[in-house]
Amino acid sequence: MTLYAVTGALLVALGLYGLIAARALLRRVVAFNVVGSGVFLMFGALGWHAGQADPVPQALIITGIVVALSASALAVGLVVAHARATGSQVLEDDAR
Amino acid sequence: MSAMIALLALPLAGALAAVATPRQGARIAGLVALASAVALALLIAQMTSAGSVRVAPGGWDAPLGIVLEADGLAVGFIALTVAVMAGVIAIAAPMRSLAAPFWPLAMLAWAALNAIFLSRDLFNLYVGLELLTLAAVALVAMGGDKALGAALRYLIFALTGSILYLAGVVLVYSAHGMLDIDLLAGTMPGRTDRMAMALMTVGLLIKTALFPFHVWLAPAHAAAPAPASAILSALVPKASFVILLRLWFEAMPDTANDRILSVLAVLGALAVVHGGAMALRQGRLKQIIAYSTVAQIGYLFLVFPLAGGDSAAQPWAAGAWTGTVFQALGHGLAKAAMFLCAGMWIIAVGSDRLEALRGLARALPMTAMAFAIAAITLMGLPPSGGFTAKYLMMTTAFASGQVVWGLVLLGGGLLAAAYLYRPMALLFTREMPDFTPVPRALQLVPLVLALLAVGMGILSDGVYTFVQIGRPGAAEEGL
Repeated sequence: MTLYAVTGALLVALGLYGLIAARALLRRVVAFNVVGSGVFLMFGALGWHAGQADPVPQALIITGIVVALSASALAVGLVVAHARATGSQVLEDDAR
Repeated sequence: MSAMIALLALPLAGALAAVATPRQGARIAGLVALASAVALALLIAQMTSAGSVRVAPGGWDAPLGIVLEADGLAVGFIALTVAVMAGVIAIAAPMRSLAAPFWPLAMLAWAALNAIFLSRDLFNLYVGLELLTLAAVALVAMGGDKALGAALRYLIFALTGSILYLAGVVLVYSAHGMLDIDLLAGTMPGRTDRMAMALMTVGLLIKTALFPFHVWLAPAHAAAPAPASAILSALVPKASFVILLRLWFEAMPDTANDRILSVLAVLGALAVVHGGAMALRQGRLKQIIAYSTVAQIGYLFLVFPLAGGDSAAQPWAAGAWTGTVFQALGHGLAKAAMFLCAGMWIIAVGSDRLEALRGLARALPMTAMAFAIAAITLMGLPPSGGFTAKYLMMTTAFASGQVVWGLVLLGGGLLAAAYLYRPMALLFTREMPDFTPVPRALQLVPLVLALLAVGMGILSDGVYTFVQIGRPGAAEEGL
Protein backbone atom coordinates (compact mmCIF):
# COMPACT_ATOMS: atom_id res chain seq x y z
CA MET A 1 0.00 0.00 0.00
CA THR A 2 2.91 2.32 0.72
CA LEU A 3 3.84 2.00 -2.94
CA TYR A 4 0.44 3.31 -4.02
CA ALA A 5 0.55 6.15 -1.53
CA VAL A 6 4.04 7.19 -2.65
CA THR A 7 2.96 7.00 -6.29
CA GLY A 8 0.00 9.21 -5.40
CA ALA A 9 2.27 11.74 -3.71
CA LEU A 10 4.58 11.76 -6.76
CA LEU A 11 1.61 12.38 -9.05
CA VAL A 12 0.54 15.30 -6.85
CA ALA A 13 4.02 16.80 -7.10
CA LEU A 14 4.19 16.28 -10.89
CA GLY A 15 0.74 17.75 -11.41
CA LEU A 16 1.41 20.77 -9.20
CA TYR A 17 4.57 21.46 -11.20
CA GLY A 18 2.49 21.33 -14.38
CA LEU A 19 -0.20 23.60 -12.95
CA ILE A 20 2.36 26.24 -12.07
CA ALA A 21 4.87 25.90 -14.91
CA ALA A 22 2.76 25.05 -17.97
CA ARG A 23 1.51 27.94 -20.06
CA ALA A 24 -0.82 26.16 -22.48
CA LEU A 25 -4.25 26.17 -20.83
CA LEU A 26 -5.15 22.65 -21.87
CA ARG A 27 -1.94 21.35 -20.27
CA ARG A 28 -2.92 23.07 -17.05
CA VAL A 29 -6.32 21.37 -17.11
CA VAL A 30 -4.58 18.01 -17.60
CA ALA A 31 -2.14 18.87 -14.80
CA PHE A 32 -5.08 19.57 -12.47
CA ASN A 33 -6.43 16.12 -13.27
CA VAL A 34 -3.06 14.56 -12.54
CA VAL A 35 -3.00 16.19 -9.10
CA GLY A 36 -6.56 15.02 -8.54
CA SER A 37 -5.71 11.43 -9.47
CA GLY A 38 -2.71 11.56 -7.16
CA VAL A 39 -4.81 12.75 -4.24
CA PHE A 40 -7.42 10.05 -4.88
CA LEU A 41 -4.75 7.35 -5.11
CA MET A 42 -3.23 8.54 -1.83
CA PHE A 43 -6.65 8.60 -0.22
CA GLY A 44 -7.42 5.05 -1.30
CA ALA A 45 -4.03 3.74 -0.20
CA LEU A 46 -4.18 5.46 3.20
CA GLY A 47 -7.64 4.01 3.75
CA TRP A 48 -6.18 0.48 3.83
CA HIS A 49 -5.94 -0.74 7.42
CA ALA A 50 -4.62 -4.17 8.37
CA GLY A 51 -5.69 -5.96 5.20
CA GLN A 52 -9.10 -4.28 5.08
CA ALA A 53 -10.30 -1.46 2.87
CA ASP A 54 -12.07 1.38 4.68
CA PRO A 55 -15.28 2.16 2.73
CA VAL A 56 -15.42 5.85 3.71
CA PRO A 57 -12.45 6.98 1.57
CA GLN A 58 -13.91 5.06 -1.37
CA ALA A 59 -17.22 6.90 -1.07
CA LEU A 60 -15.37 10.21 -0.78
CA ILE A 61 -13.12 9.41 -3.77
CA ILE A 62 -16.17 8.74 -5.96
CA THR A 63 -17.61 12.12 -4.91
CA GLY A 64 -14.25 13.75 -5.52
CA ILE A 65 -14.02 12.26 -9.02
CA VAL A 66 -17.47 13.63 -9.88
CA VAL A 67 -16.46 17.07 -8.59
CA ALA A 68 -13.15 17.00 -10.50
CA LEU A 69 -14.97 15.94 -13.66
CA SER A 70 -17.39 18.88 -13.45
CA ALA A 71 -14.52 21.26 -12.80
CA SER A 72 -12.61 19.86 -15.81
CA ALA A 73 -15.70 20.21 -18.01
CA LEU A 74 -16.10 23.87 -17.08
CA ALA A 75 -12.37 24.45 -17.56
CA VAL A 76 -12.30 22.85 -21.01
CA GLY A 77 -15.41 24.82 -21.99
CA LEU A 78 -13.73 28.06 -20.94
CA VAL A 79 -10.49 27.13 -22.72
CA VAL A 80 -12.40 26.55 -25.96
CA ALA A 81 -14.37 29.80 -25.59
CA HIS A 82 -11.15 31.66 -24.80
CA ALA A 83 -9.40 30.15 -27.85
CA ARG A 84 -12.34 31.13 -30.09
CA ALA A 85 -12.43 34.68 -28.74
CA THR A 86 -8.69 35.39 -28.75
CA GLY A 87 -7.23 32.77 -31.09
CA SER A 88 -4.75 31.89 -28.35
CA GLN A 89 -4.39 28.93 -26.01
CA VAL A 90 -2.30 30.85 -23.48
CA LEU A 91 -3.44 33.53 -21.06
CA GLU A 92 -2.49 37.03 -22.22
CA ASP A 93 -0.13 37.88 -19.35
CA ASP A 94 1.61 34.52 -19.66
CA ALA A 95 2.52 34.93 -23.35
CA ARG A 96 6.16 35.89 -23.41
CA MET B 1 -34.20 22.45 12.22
CA SER B 2 -36.50 22.70 9.19
CA ALA B 3 -35.57 26.39 8.84
CA MET B 4 -31.92 25.37 8.46
CA ILE B 5 -32.70 22.73 5.83
CA ALA B 6 -34.92 25.26 4.01
CA LEU B 7 -32.03 27.74 3.85
CA LEU B 8 -29.95 25.07 2.09
CA ALA B 9 -32.65 23.66 -0.15
CA LEU B 10 -34.37 26.87 -1.31
CA PRO B 11 -31.55 28.34 -3.44
CA LEU B 12 -30.69 24.89 -4.79
CA ALA B 13 -34.30 24.23 -5.84
CA GLY B 14 -34.46 27.78 -7.21
CA ALA B 15 -31.35 27.20 -9.31
CA LEU B 16 -32.86 24.04 -10.83
CA ALA B 17 -36.18 25.78 -11.45
CA ALA B 18 -34.38 28.67 -13.14
CA VAL B 19 -32.55 26.24 -15.43
CA ALA B 20 -35.87 24.65 -16.39
CA THR B 21 -37.65 27.97 -16.99
CA PRO B 22 -34.96 30.45 -18.06
CA ARG B 23 -37.36 33.37 -18.53
CA GLN B 24 -38.61 33.21 -14.95
CA GLY B 25 -35.13 33.40 -13.38
CA ALA B 26 -35.56 36.79 -11.74
CA ARG B 27 -38.99 35.92 -10.35
CA ILE B 28 -37.77 32.60 -8.93
CA ALA B 29 -34.77 34.29 -7.31
CA GLY B 30 -37.08 36.86 -5.75
CA LEU B 31 -39.24 34.13 -4.25
CA VAL B 32 -36.18 32.29 -2.94
CA ALA B 33 -34.98 35.51 -1.29
CA LEU B 34 -38.34 36.08 0.40
CA ALA B 35 -38.63 32.51 1.63
CA SER B 36 -34.99 32.52 2.81
CA ALA B 37 -35.59 35.71 4.77
CA VAL B 38 -38.52 34.05 6.57
CA ALA B 39 -36.49 30.90 7.29
CA LEU B 40 -33.60 33.05 8.53
CA ALA B 41 -35.90 34.98 10.88
CA LEU B 42 -37.27 31.70 12.30
CA LEU B 43 -33.76 30.32 12.77
CA ILE B 44 -32.53 33.48 14.50
CA ALA B 45 -35.57 33.47 16.80
CA GLN B 46 -34.91 29.85 17.71
CA MET B 47 -31.19 30.49 18.33
CA THR B 48 -31.67 33.54 20.55
CA SER B 49 -33.71 31.40 22.94
CA ALA B 50 -32.04 27.98 22.62
CA GLY B 51 -28.49 28.56 21.33
CA SER B 52 -26.98 26.89 18.29
CA VAL B 53 -29.01 24.31 16.37
CA ARG B 54 -27.56 20.97 15.25
CA VAL B 55 -28.95 18.65 12.61
CA ALA B 56 -27.76 15.22 11.51
CA PRO B 57 -29.60 14.80 8.20
CA GLY B 58 -31.19 11.39 7.68
CA GLY B 59 -30.55 10.52 11.29
CA TRP B 60 -26.90 9.65 10.54
CA ASP B 61 -24.76 11.25 13.19
CA ALA B 62 -21.00 11.86 12.90
CA PRO B 63 -18.55 10.27 12.24
CA LEU B 64 -20.40 8.46 9.43
CA GLY B 65 -23.05 11.11 8.77
CA ILE B 66 -22.54 14.78 7.96
CA VAL B 67 -23.58 17.17 10.69
CA LEU B 68 -24.94 20.65 10.01
CA GLU B 69 -24.83 23.27 12.74
CA ALA B 70 -26.24 26.77 12.84
CA ASP B 71 -24.07 28.73 15.27
CA GLY B 72 -23.65 32.50 15.53
CA LEU B 73 -20.81 32.55 13.00
CA ALA B 74 -22.73 30.54 10.40
CA VAL B 75 -25.98 32.41 10.76
CA GLY B 76 -24.24 35.81 10.77
CA PHE B 77 -22.84 34.99 7.33
CA ILE B 78 -26.11 33.45 6.13
CA ALA B 79 -27.84 36.70 7.07
CA LEU B 80 -25.18 38.67 5.15
CA THR B 81 -25.80 36.42 2.15
CA VAL B 82 -29.57 36.94 2.28
CA ALA B 83 -29.13 40.72 2.47
CA VAL B 84 -26.59 40.91 -0.36
CA MET B 85 -28.50 38.49 -2.58
CA ALA B 86 -31.76 40.38 -2.06
CA GLY B 87 -30.01 43.60 -3.10
CA VAL B 88 -28.38 41.94 -6.11
CA ILE B 89 -31.69 40.43 -7.24
CA ALA B 90 -33.46 43.80 -6.95
CA ILE B 91 -30.82 45.49 -9.10
CA ALA B 92 -30.30 42.67 -11.60
CA ALA B 93 -33.98 41.85 -12.29
CA PRO B 94 -34.65 44.89 -14.51
CA MET B 95 -31.21 44.74 -16.21
CA ARG B 96 -31.82 43.70 -19.80
CA SER B 97 -28.11 43.29 -20.54
CA LEU B 98 -27.86 40.38 -18.10
CA ALA B 99 -28.18 36.94 -19.75
CA ALA B 100 -30.53 34.29 -18.37
CA PRO B 101 -27.79 31.99 -16.92
CA PHE B 102 -27.07 34.64 -14.29
CA TRP B 103 -30.01 33.48 -12.19
CA PRO B 104 -29.25 29.77 -11.76
CA LEU B 105 -25.56 30.59 -11.25
CA ALA B 106 -26.29 33.19 -8.56
CA MET B 107 -28.59 30.75 -6.76
CA LEU B 108 -26.05 27.90 -7.03
CA ALA B 109 -23.42 30.14 -5.47
CA TRP B 110 -25.93 31.00 -2.76
CA ALA B 111 -26.65 27.33 -1.97
CA ALA B 112 -22.90 26.60 -1.87
CA LEU B 113 -22.30 29.53 0.52
CA ASN B 114 -25.01 28.36 2.93
CA ALA B 115 -23.69 24.79 2.75
CA ILE B 116 -20.19 25.97 3.67
CA PHE B 117 -21.39 28.15 6.53
CA LEU B 118 -23.46 25.34 8.06
CA SER B 119 -21.33 22.25 7.43
CA ARG B 120 -19.29 20.61 10.19
CA ASP B 121 -17.56 18.02 7.95
CA LEU B 122 -14.24 18.75 6.24
CA PHE B 123 -15.06 16.79 3.08
CA ASN B 124 -18.53 18.29 2.80
CA LEU B 125 -16.83 21.67 3.04
CA TYR B 126 -14.64 20.66 0.07
CA VAL B 127 -17.73 19.84 -2.02
CA GLY B 128 -19.26 23.19 -1.02
CA LEU B 129 -16.05 25.01 -1.97
CA GLU B 130 -15.97 23.40 -5.40
CA LEU B 131 -19.63 24.14 -6.08
CA LEU B 132 -18.97 27.75 -5.08
CA THR B 133 -15.89 27.94 -7.31
CA LEU B 134 -17.66 26.60 -10.38
CA ALA B 135 -20.60 28.98 -9.96
CA ALA B 136 -18.31 31.95 -9.24
CA VAL B 137 -16.05 31.31 -12.24
CA ALA B 138 -19.06 31.01 -14.51
CA LEU B 139 -20.38 34.31 -13.10
CA VAL B 140 -17.08 35.98 -14.04
CA ALA B 141 -17.26 34.48 -17.53
CA MET B 142 -20.65 36.19 -17.97
CA GLY B 143 -18.68 39.42 -18.45
CA GLY B 144 -18.26 38.42 -22.12
CA ASP B 145 -15.25 37.59 -24.28
CA LYS B 146 -13.00 40.03 -22.43
CA ALA B 147 -13.74 38.31 -19.14
CA LEU B 148 -12.76 34.80 -20.31
CA GLY B 149 -9.06 35.24 -19.55
CA ALA B 150 -9.82 36.53 -16.05
CA ALA B 151 -12.28 33.67 -15.49
CA LEU B 152 -9.70 31.08 -16.57
CA ARG B 153 -7.02 32.54 -14.34
CA TYR B 154 -9.48 32.51 -11.45
CA LEU B 155 -10.40 28.89 -12.21
CA ILE B 156 -6.76 27.73 -12.29
CA PHE B 157 -6.02 29.40 -8.95
CA ALA B 158 -9.24 28.16 -7.37
CA LEU B 159 -8.76 24.56 -8.54
CA THR B 160 -5.18 24.55 -7.24
CA GLY B 161 -6.53 25.82 -3.93
CA SER B 162 -9.24 23.20 -3.63
CA ILE B 163 -7.00 20.29 -4.55
CA LEU B 164 -4.46 21.38 -1.88
CA TYR B 165 -7.30 21.60 0.61
CA LEU B 166 -8.43 18.11 -0.37
CA ALA B 167 -4.90 16.74 0.06
CA GLY B 168 -4.97 18.12 3.62
CA VAL B 169 -8.36 16.49 4.23
CA VAL B 170 -6.89 13.14 3.10
CA LEU B 171 -4.10 13.45 5.67
CA VAL B 172 -6.58 14.34 8.42
CA TYR B 173 -8.68 11.28 7.61
CA SER B 174 -5.74 8.94 7.51
CA ALA B 175 -4.52 10.19 10.90
CA HIS B 176 -7.86 10.34 12.72
CA GLY B 177 -10.35 8.28 10.69
CA MET B 178 -12.95 11.06 10.95
CA LEU B 179 -13.66 14.43 9.41
CA ASP B 180 -16.21 15.98 11.76
CA ILE B 181 -14.96 19.27 13.20
CA ASP B 182 -16.30 18.68 16.72
CA LEU B 183 -14.98 15.11 16.91
CA LEU B 184 -11.57 16.24 15.60
CA ALA B 185 -11.44 18.89 18.32
CA GLY B 186 -11.56 16.10 20.89
CA THR B 187 -8.75 13.98 19.42
CA MET B 188 -5.06 13.88 20.32
CA PRO B 189 -2.94 15.75 17.76
CA GLY B 190 -1.47 13.37 15.16
CA ARG B 191 2.00 13.48 13.61
CA THR B 192 0.72 14.64 10.22
CA ASP B 193 -1.67 17.30 11.54
CA ARG B 194 0.71 20.20 10.95
CA MET B 195 1.25 19.11 7.35
CA ALA B 196 -2.50 18.65 6.86
CA MET B 197 -3.24 22.09 8.30
CA ALA B 198 -0.53 23.64 6.11
CA LEU B 199 -2.02 22.11 2.95
CA MET B 200 -5.59 23.05 3.83
CA THR B 201 -4.59 26.56 4.89
CA VAL B 202 -2.58 27.33 1.75
CA GLY B 203 -5.44 26.02 -0.37
CA LEU B 204 -7.91 28.24 1.45
CA LEU B 205 -5.59 31.27 1.31
CA ILE B 206 -5.54 30.95 -2.48
CA LYS B 207 -9.34 30.92 -2.51
CA THR B 208 -9.61 33.81 -0.06
CA ALA B 209 -7.16 35.78 -2.28
CA LEU B 210 -4.81 36.67 0.57
CA PHE B 211 -1.59 38.36 -0.55
CA PRO B 212 0.43 36.98 -2.44
CA PHE B 213 -2.35 34.76 -3.88
CA HIS B 214 -4.53 37.76 -4.75
CA VAL B 215 -3.47 38.29 -8.37
CA TRP B 216 -6.58 36.62 -9.79
CA LEU B 217 -9.06 38.64 -7.77
CA ALA B 218 -9.04 42.17 -9.19
CA PRO B 219 -9.23 41.20 -12.92
CA ALA B 220 -11.98 38.64 -12.21
CA HIS B 221 -14.10 40.88 -9.98
CA ALA B 222 -13.71 43.86 -12.32
CA ALA B 223 -14.53 41.84 -15.46
CA ALA B 224 -17.77 40.32 -14.16
CA PRO B 225 -21.11 42.14 -14.60
CA ALA B 226 -21.66 44.48 -11.62
CA PRO B 227 -24.36 42.41 -9.83
CA ALA B 228 -22.09 39.35 -10.13
CA SER B 229 -19.12 41.36 -8.80
CA ALA B 230 -21.19 42.22 -5.74
CA ILE B 231 -21.67 38.49 -5.02
CA LEU B 232 -18.03 37.69 -5.80
CA SER B 233 -16.48 40.42 -3.67
CA ALA B 234 -18.92 40.56 -0.77
CA LEU B 235 -19.56 36.86 -0.24
CA VAL B 236 -17.31 34.37 -2.05
CA PRO B 237 -13.95 35.02 -0.28
CA LYS B 238 -15.77 34.97 3.08
CA ALA B 239 -16.68 31.30 2.63
CA SER B 240 -13.08 30.07 2.54
CA PHE B 241 -12.24 32.45 5.39
CA VAL B 242 -15.00 30.94 7.56
CA ILE B 243 -13.45 27.50 6.94
CA LEU B 244 -10.09 28.90 8.07
CA LEU B 245 -11.71 30.16 11.28
CA ARG B 246 -13.30 26.75 11.82
CA LEU B 247 -9.98 24.94 11.27
CA TRP B 248 -7.76 27.13 13.43
CA PHE B 249 -10.22 27.93 16.23
CA GLU B 250 -12.45 24.84 16.36
CA ALA B 251 -11.05 21.71 14.68
CA MET B 252 -7.34 21.80 15.45
CA PRO B 253 -6.39 24.84 17.55
CA ASP B 254 -3.54 22.82 19.10
CA THR B 255 -1.55 22.72 15.85
CA ALA B 256 -1.09 26.49 16.02
CA ASN B 257 2.06 28.13 17.29
CA ASP B 258 2.94 31.81 17.42
CA ARG B 259 5.16 31.66 14.37
CA ILE B 260 2.53 30.16 12.05
CA LEU B 261 -0.14 32.56 13.27
CA SER B 262 2.18 35.54 12.85
CA VAL B 263 2.97 34.52 9.27
CA LEU B 264 -0.76 34.64 8.47
CA ALA B 265 -1.07 38.09 10.04
CA VAL B 266 2.05 39.37 8.22
CA LEU B 267 0.50 38.27 4.91
CA GLY B 268 -2.67 40.06 6.00
CA ALA B 269 -0.71 43.23 6.75
CA LEU B 270 1.02 43.04 3.36
CA ALA B 271 -2.39 42.61 1.71
CA VAL B 272 -3.66 45.75 3.45
CA VAL B 273 -0.70 47.79 2.21
CA HIS B 274 -0.47 46.28 -1.27
CA GLY B 275 -4.23 46.29 -1.93
CA GLY B 276 -4.47 49.90 -0.78
CA ALA B 277 -1.51 51.01 -2.88
CA MET B 278 -2.86 49.23 -5.98
CA ALA B 279 -6.33 50.73 -5.43
CA LEU B 280 -4.73 54.19 -5.42
CA ARG B 281 -3.24 53.58 -8.88
CA GLN B 282 -6.34 52.35 -10.74
CA GLY B 283 -8.20 54.46 -13.28
CA ARG B 284 -11.44 52.48 -13.24
CA LEU B 285 -13.91 52.41 -10.39
CA LYS B 286 -14.53 48.65 -10.44
CA GLN B 287 -10.77 48.03 -10.26
CA ILE B 288 -10.50 50.34 -7.24
CA ILE B 289 -13.34 48.52 -5.47
CA ALA B 290 -11.80 45.14 -6.34
CA TYR B 291 -8.33 46.06 -4.99
CA SER B 292 -10.03 47.44 -1.92
CA THR B 293 -11.34 43.90 -1.36
CA VAL B 294 -7.74 42.61 -1.39
CA ALA B 295 -6.90 45.14 1.35
CA GLN B 296 -10.03 44.53 3.43
CA ILE B 297 -9.45 40.75 3.37
CA GLY B 298 -6.02 41.43 4.83
CA TYR B 299 -7.51 42.74 8.09
CA LEU B 300 -9.29 39.45 8.65
CA PHE B 301 -6.00 37.59 9.05
CA LEU B 302 -4.92 39.67 12.03
CA VAL B 303 -7.34 37.49 14.03
CA PHE B 304 -4.89 34.60 14.10
CA PRO B 305 -2.26 36.04 16.46
CA LEU B 306 -4.85 38.25 18.25
CA ALA B 307 -7.25 35.46 19.19
CA GLY B 308 -5.31 32.22 18.51
CA GLY B 309 -2.34 30.39 19.99
CA ASP B 310 -1.29 31.79 23.37
CA SER B 311 -3.98 34.49 23.10
CA ALA B 312 -6.78 31.95 22.84
CA ALA B 313 -7.08 31.53 26.59
CA GLN B 314 -6.86 35.27 27.27
CA PRO B 315 -9.88 37.46 28.03
CA TRP B 316 -9.28 39.51 24.88
CA ALA B 317 -9.63 36.60 22.44
CA ALA B 318 -13.42 36.95 22.24
CA GLY B 319 -13.10 40.63 21.30
CA ALA B 320 -10.62 40.07 18.48
CA TRP B 321 -12.51 37.06 17.12
CA THR B 322 -15.82 38.94 17.10
CA GLY B 323 -14.17 42.06 15.68
CA THR B 324 -12.97 39.98 12.75
CA VAL B 325 -16.47 38.65 12.14
CA PHE B 326 -17.74 42.26 12.24
CA GLN B 327 -15.11 43.23 9.69
CA ALA B 328 -16.10 40.39 7.35
CA LEU B 329 -19.83 41.14 7.64
CA GLY B 330 -19.45 44.93 7.42
CA HIS B 331 -17.13 44.67 4.43
CA GLY B 332 -19.61 42.34 2.71
CA LEU B 333 -22.48 44.81 3.04
CA ALA B 334 -20.41 47.87 2.12
CA LYS B 335 -18.68 46.19 -0.81
CA ALA B 336 -21.96 44.93 -2.27
CA ALA B 337 -23.35 48.47 -2.01
CA MET B 338 -20.31 49.86 -3.83
CA PHE B 339 -20.40 47.37 -6.70
CA LEU B 340 -24.15 47.93 -7.13
CA CYS B 341 -23.53 51.72 -7.25
CA ALA B 342 -20.84 51.14 -9.85
CA GLY B 343 -23.30 49.04 -11.85
CA MET B 344 -25.84 51.85 -11.86
CA TRP B 345 -23.27 54.44 -12.83
CA ILE B 346 -22.22 52.25 -15.75
CA ILE B 347 -25.88 52.18 -16.86
CA ALA B 348 -26.10 55.96 -16.36
CA VAL B 349 -22.94 57.11 -18.13
CA GLY B 350 -21.80 53.98 -19.99
CA SER B 351 -18.37 53.67 -18.34
CA ASP B 352 -16.67 53.18 -15.00
CA ARG B 353 -13.67 55.36 -15.83
CA LEU B 354 -13.08 57.76 -12.97
CA GLU B 355 -13.41 60.79 -15.26
CA ALA B 356 -16.91 59.66 -16.25
CA LEU B 357 -18.07 59.89 -12.62
CA ARG B 358 -17.88 63.70 -12.63
CA GLY B 359 -20.94 65.29 -11.02
CA LEU B 360 -22.88 62.03 -10.67
CA ALA B 361 -23.82 62.99 -7.11
CA ARG B 362 -26.18 65.58 -8.62
CA ALA B 363 -27.52 63.19 -11.23
CA LEU B 364 -28.06 60.16 -8.95
CA PRO B 365 -27.87 61.58 -5.41
CA MET B 366 -28.99 58.44 -3.57
CA THR B 367 -26.28 56.25 -5.10
CA ALA B 368 -23.58 58.78 -4.26
CA MET B 369 -24.93 58.85 -0.71
CA ALA B 370 -24.83 55.04 -0.58
CA PHE B 371 -21.23 55.01 -1.84
CA ALA B 372 -20.17 57.58 0.76
CA ILE B 373 -21.86 55.67 3.61
CA ALA B 374 -20.29 52.40 2.44
CA ALA B 375 -16.93 54.20 2.38
CA ILE B 376 -17.38 55.10 6.06
CA THR B 377 -17.53 51.41 6.91
CA LEU B 378 -14.49 50.55 4.78
CA MET B 379 -12.47 53.35 6.39
CA GLY B 380 -13.59 52.14 9.82
CA LEU B 381 -15.12 55.43 10.98
CA PRO B 382 -17.83 55.51 13.68
CA PRO B 383 -20.65 54.56 13.94
CA SER B 384 -20.26 51.85 11.28
CA GLY B 385 -19.77 48.10 11.58
CA GLY B 386 -16.24 48.65 10.26
CA PHE B 387 -15.54 50.91 13.22
CA THR B 388 -16.77 48.35 15.74
CA ALA B 389 -14.57 45.77 14.02
CA LYS B 390 -11.46 47.91 14.20
CA TYR B 391 -12.23 49.06 17.72
CA LEU B 392 -12.52 45.47 18.95
CA MET B 393 -9.37 44.34 17.13
CA MET B 394 -7.41 47.43 18.16
CA THR B 395 -8.26 47.07 21.88
CA THR B 396 -7.04 43.49 21.69
CA ALA B 397 -3.87 44.49 19.87
CA PHE B 398 -2.96 47.02 22.56
CA ALA B 399 -4.14 44.95 25.51
CA SER B 400 -2.08 41.97 24.36
CA GLY B 401 0.98 44.08 23.56
CA GLN B 402 0.82 43.27 19.82
CA VAL B 403 0.91 46.95 18.93
CA VAL B 404 2.15 46.33 15.39
CA TRP B 405 -1.21 44.84 14.31
CA GLY B 406 -2.92 47.93 15.72
CA LEU B 407 -0.74 50.07 13.48
CA VAL B 408 -1.77 47.97 10.46
CA LEU B 409 -5.42 48.71 11.29
CA LEU B 410 -4.70 52.45 11.55
CA GLY B 411 -2.60 52.63 8.40
CA GLY B 412 -5.13 50.59 6.44
CA GLY B 413 -7.89 53.02 7.41
CA LEU B 414 -5.82 55.96 6.14
CA LEU B 415 -5.09 54.16 2.86
CA ALA B 416 -8.79 53.39 2.42
CA ALA B 417 -9.61 57.07 2.95
CA ALA B 418 -7.04 57.96 0.29
CA TYR B 419 -8.20 55.56 -2.41
CA LEU B 420 -11.89 56.21 -1.79
CA TYR B 421 -11.34 59.98 -1.85
CA ARG B 422 -10.51 59.91 -5.57
CA PRO B 423 -13.86 58.61 -6.86
CA MET B 424 -15.77 60.58 -4.23
CA ALA B 425 -14.12 63.90 -5.10
CA LEU B 426 -15.19 63.42 -8.73
CA LEU B 427 -18.71 62.32 -7.79
CA PHE B 428 -19.30 65.47 -5.79
CA THR B 429 -17.95 68.02 -8.34
CA ARG B 430 -20.42 70.79 -9.14
CA GLU B 431 -21.49 70.02 -12.66
CA MET B 432 -24.35 68.23 -14.32
CA PRO B 433 -23.29 65.29 -16.54
CA ASP B 434 -25.23 63.79 -19.46
CA PHE B 435 -26.74 60.61 -18.16
CA THR B 436 -29.42 57.98 -18.65
CA PRO B 437 -31.82 58.18 -15.70
CA VAL B 438 -32.01 55.25 -13.25
CA PRO B 439 -35.28 54.57 -11.35
CA ARG B 440 -35.27 55.81 -7.75
CA ALA B 441 -36.38 52.46 -6.38
CA LEU B 442 -33.15 50.95 -7.76
CA GLN B 443 -31.02 53.73 -6.32
CA LEU B 444 -32.46 52.87 -2.93
CA VAL B 445 -30.99 49.31 -2.93
CA PRO B 446 -27.29 50.11 -2.35
CA LEU B 447 -28.35 52.77 0.14
CA VAL B 448 -30.16 50.14 2.21
CA LEU B 449 -27.11 47.83 2.11
CA ALA B 450 -24.76 50.65 3.13
CA LEU B 451 -27.12 51.64 5.95
CA LEU B 452 -27.20 48.03 7.17
CA ALA B 453 -23.41 48.19 7.49
CA VAL B 454 -23.80 51.31 9.64
CA GLY B 455 -26.65 49.67 11.54
CA MET B 456 -24.27 46.85 12.52
CA GLY B 457 -22.18 49.46 14.29
CA ILE B 458 -25.14 51.11 16.02
CA LEU B 459 -26.64 47.79 17.12
CA SER B 460 -23.22 46.25 17.74
CA ASP B 461 -24.20 44.98 21.18
CA GLY B 462 -26.92 42.68 19.83
CA VAL B 463 -24.83 41.51 16.88
CA TYR B 464 -21.87 40.85 19.21
CA THR B 465 -23.94 38.63 21.48
CA PHE B 466 -25.48 36.80 18.53
CA VAL B 467 -22.29 35.86 16.69
CA GLN B 468 -20.86 34.58 19.98
CA ILE B 469 -23.52 31.82 20.08
CA GLY B 470 -21.77 28.48 19.93
CA ARG B 471 -18.27 29.97 19.83
CA PRO B 472 -15.76 27.63 21.50
CA GLY B 473 -14.61 29.20 24.71
CA ALA B 474 -17.32 31.85 24.45
CA ALA B 475 -17.77 31.72 28.18
CA GLU B 476 -14.84 34.09 28.59
CA GLU B 477 -15.92 37.69 28.54
CA GLY B 478 -14.43 40.08 26.01
CA LEU B 479 -12.65 43.25 27.06
